[in-house]
Amino acid sequence: MSADETIAPDEIEKDYLRCKKDAEAGGYHINPDADFARGLVSGLLVNQARYGYQSCPCRLASGKKEEDLDIICPCDYRDQDVVEYGACYCALYVSQNVLDGKQELSAIPERRPPRSLRRKAAAPALAGPLQLPMPVWRCKVCGYLCARDGPPEICPICKAKKERFERFL
Amino acid sequence: MAIEHVAGKNAGKLMLYALSTCIWCRKTKQLLTDLGIEYDYVFVDLLQGQEKEQTIAMVEKWNPDSSFPTLVVNDSKCIVGFKEKEIREALKL
Repeated sequence: MSADETIAPDEIEKDYLRCKKDAEAGGYHINPDADFARGLVSGLLVNQARYGYQSCPCRLASGKKEEDLDIICPCDYRDQDVVEYGACYCALYVSQNVLDGKQELSAIPERRPPRSLRRKAAAPALAGPLQLPMPVWRCKVCGYLCARDGPPEICPICKAKKERFERFL
Repeated sequence: MAIEHVAGKNAGKLMLYALSTCIWCRKTKQLLTDLGIEYDYVFVDLLQGQEKEQTIAMVEKWNPDSSFPTLVVNDSKCIVGFKEKEIREALKL
């Protein structure tokens, strides 16, 4: 089954370069081990072909997009893991210290809640009767906030799609 | 069942639950292969239907996060993630 899922090297290279460019434009860093990063990009492209979205290559996707939104790369857990461990869960994204060779990487524990808890998790209730002239939307990937009628089509900081935004205020 | 067997020296019963797209799973598999020991593995993401559900339930029993790689040693110890030192210690290699 894996044999027919092989991605052509030029396709991997194209997506690797796009990913690197987007990361750097937003102040993020891709793993400096280029072959390692290409391997992850290849996994993302396999998942794109398999499920229709680029879910994390190091996590098991359900195949249902609405259940996997939090693990579509860049995942909702990237920023916290980069701060705490120097890299995101799969290590596609790394911290400045790792990029500079000042920090070694080791296995990163899974921050995503287990299946049983994810099913129970409800949308957080909005705090207090705050009177604002406009709602505030938060990008769950990078934390970008904006006050407008609805979330933007694409996050201007991390390029996450509209569906990754939540109502913040 | 889509469990694959890799031949080698016997260092105990090893079952590796992995994803075909995961680099850390690949590194773990490579380590076991380089150590020349025998082990079984399954790519959970390539399973379908009931077989997939049953395998996920098995992984969750050992590792409630159901993250990968999950390596079960001798039906008694579970190592989650690519942890070379821990794996070598568990296998006494």
